[in-house]
Amino acid sequence: MSPQGIKDRIAIIGMSCTKFAEHFDKGLDDLLKEAALKACRSAHVELSDIEAYWFGTAQSAMSGIALARAIGVGDKPITRVENFCATGSEALRNASYAVASGAYDIAMAIGGEKVKDSGYQGVNAAAIPDDGTGRTVTAAAMYSMIGPAYAKKYNVDLDELKRVLARIASKNHFNGARNPLAQFRKEASVDQICAMPPVAGMLGLFDCSGVADGAAAAIVVRAEDAYRYTDDPLYIKALSFVAGDGSGLLDPTYDFTTFPEIVTCVENAYSQAGITDPRAELAMAEVHDCFTPTELVLMEDLKFSHRGEAWSDISKGSFDLHGELPVNPDGGLKSFGHPVGASGLRMHYEAWLQLRNAAGEERQIDSSRGKALIHNLGGYPGEMVSFVSIVGINPG
Amino acid sequence: MRGILSYGSYIPQWRLVRSDIPKMVGTGGGSGTRSVASFDEDTTTLGFEAARLALRAAPSGISPSALWFTTVTPAYTDKANASAIHAALRLSPDVIAADLSGSVRSSIGALCLALQADAPSIVVAADLRSGLPGSSDESEGGDAGAALLVGEGAVIAELIGTGSSTAEFTERWRTPGEMNSHVWEDRFGETRYVPFGEEAWTEALKDAGLIAEDINHVIVTGAHRRSIKVLTKRLGVQGRLIDDLGATVGWTGAASPALLLGTCLDEALPDKTIAVVSLADGADVLIFRTTPALATFAASRPTNTQAAAGKPLPYGKYLTWRGLLTVQPPNRPEPSRVSSSAAARSVDWKFSLRGHSDVLGTITTFTIDRMAHSPNPPVVFAVVDFDDGRRQSIELTDVDPDEIAIGQRVEMTFRRLFTAGGIHNYFWKARLAL
Repeated sequence: MSPQGIKDRIAIIGMSCTKFAEHFDKGLDDLLKEAALKACRSAHVELSDIEAYWFGTAQSAMSGIALARAIGVGDKPITRVENFCATGSEALRNASYAVASGAYDIAMAIGGEKVKDSGYQGVNAAAIPDDGTGRTVTAAAMYSMIGPAYAKKYNVDLDELKRVLARIASKNHFNGARNPLAQFRKEASVDQICAMPPVAGMLGLFDCSGVADGAAAAIVVRAEDAYRYTDDPLYIKALSFVAGDGSGLLDPTYDFTTFPEIVTCVENAYSQAGITDPRAELAMAEVHDCFTPTELVLMEDLKFSHRGEAWSDISKGSFDLHGELPVNPDGGLKSFGHPVGASGLRMHYEAWLQLRNAAGEERQIDSSRGKALIHNLGGYPGEMVSFVSIVGINPG
Repeated sequence: MRGILSYGSYIPQWRLVRSDIPKMVGTGGGSGTRSVASFDEDTTTLGFEAARLALRAAPSGISPSALWFTTVTPAYTDKANASAIHAALRLSPDVIAADLSGSVRSSIGALCLALQADAPSIVVAADLRSGLPGSSDESEGGDAGAALLVGEGAVIAELIGTGSSTAEFTERWRTPGEMNSHVWEDRFGETRYVPFGEEAWTEALKDAGLIAEDINHVIVTGAHRRSIKVLTKRLGVQGRLIDDLGATVGWTGAASPALLLGTCLDEALPDKTIAVVSLADGADVLIFRTTPALATFAASRPTNTQAAAGKPLPYGKYLTWRGLLTVQPPNRPEPSRVSSSAAARSVDWKFSLRGHSDVLGTITTFTIDRMAHSPNPPVVFAVVDFDDGRRQSIELTDVDPDEIAIGQRVEMTFRRLFTAGGIHNYFWKARLAL
């Protein structure tokens, strides 16, 4: 939430994203350095030009020192940020505000994660000493409770809903197969996805996002300075953030078919950007498809679909690569992979490519609407942080 | 008038079918079943569940001034286990709670002490009986908790006579830390226990001013099966011999005297005599006379009903739960140990759900998590709406994942979630309401 917002005051002048993969041969240092240098090249600047850094990592490092060491910069302010799976977006949001304030002229937002050094499956949160009474299940289990609740509320047959969810994953695999940086580059059919081994509730293995290592970065300046660096900057039109108080899991009226934090967050973002009909005004959206039911509910919470209609819109292909409103044209978390601290910036990277018609022939969408929405969340149904940004190719 | 004010028994739902044992290990077994505590139960949680039922049925206005917890297999040593039960029962801090533990006889000892006290006390006994695979201890043992609220006033059974005989001999033993007991050659025990039993019996009858023919119900239990059989014949009792639950539950060690007294009180009429004979390191005999108050007493969950219920547990699961067989867990990190300081701050929530632990709820939605770390995957996890308007997301236990459905009624049960760094993580789960 930001009542005023900083519409069109900040521009992204360069971005980068590494290949997301199980980089068993690369450390966090390697990934951060690659992302930082590529972002500088993209913006036609040197590392020494960057005045400050916001460095997002969920649990691969503790402080700014990890980035300073990786890029060999020892005399600049580097802030480590962390906000669950929305960490990468938080880095961008904070860097943007810092530059908008006038304290810095040029700043880098960078995020990276080495998930695959844990030796375990999935993403595992670092243990904070507690009283032992917390949740005992995985994120997959928490999100799996959406499916039956949604099916019941909107009278959708559970088997049909299972195929709708698989269609989301299939669409994201289709898109990811056309993205050289994505972790999974194979298409997967609805039938194949439905046949995967069960993980939690009605969710199978392919209803869950990929888990990968990677890094991504963005360089921001004030909008009036943007043309000094590039002919086609990306303007930030909205930055909205909400941290829920976790009361959803204790609220008997919560029904697992919506994420209230996201509804609040996106309404504010639309207000900042002056968007009234997102499905018609946006060229594309990157959304946080950590599990297939998440993307289903997001279509309604982000107002792309009316309540109770996302499942049929998905079936109709409304959000396919060349559908009415392409969602996750880069493959999403599902197929691109999810290095936690990098994902938010990776989502912006796709908007950076698509709105500037640089996504490559295989997956370039019609970008003529000129605006993209990026949604990035962290946490679980009932206990969530939500980020929404809107970026555009033109001011105004 | 001093005696039993209330009682409660807790027999875990799982049953090991004894004939399954030789199918796997080639030896051991027998007929019937034995009770088995769930993977998330220990003597502290078994004891609590029994104590909770005893206090639920207690005469109004009576609460214990002391809690004595007794077991052969404590979850902790050095640190008390009674304090966890005290916290889960939400007893006042000025109620003393301590362990009187280590031997089978410790439970009858705690009961004798409680019966001598002026203020009401609750004696909580629990045991997990194990043995090496194929052993008779394994097949004949059982797991249970049993609690007796003892004091003055509106008793349902008045103590009218006691007799004890103490002797030092090594017939059944275990050194601290051992899972299983050792026993001496069987006939040796008989030469000790039978005469000690007869001595204590005679003394108790004399104390009560009765003769053997006056006893309406007799319970004979203890650490030596052969002696129980022989002694029972010699007591000269013409009344009813209370079934020892050997065919369904097994011998529950330290919990046995209180558990069997519960089965007797479930069915006894007022103004009847009950003799409890316990053989362990000597013999103890307690004689009670039931009172008119028993006629209106309603046990929270009759012991016999629990003994007759139960769900079969595969022998492989039993071995896994007992730590005798290690199976491949999901590839997820082990949980970290609970922070003692954080747990101490939240003790009212962690141990008693701030007083809401007896409220029933309804499953609003649920999921089955095949990836989460658990000593017994998969984890069944539900969103529960409680009758007092609260909602809580909670793990389910004692369930078959296939039998769960939205709308089912659940009750809360006190369990051990996991152990890490030697610290047991006690908290609540839900189970289908009985």
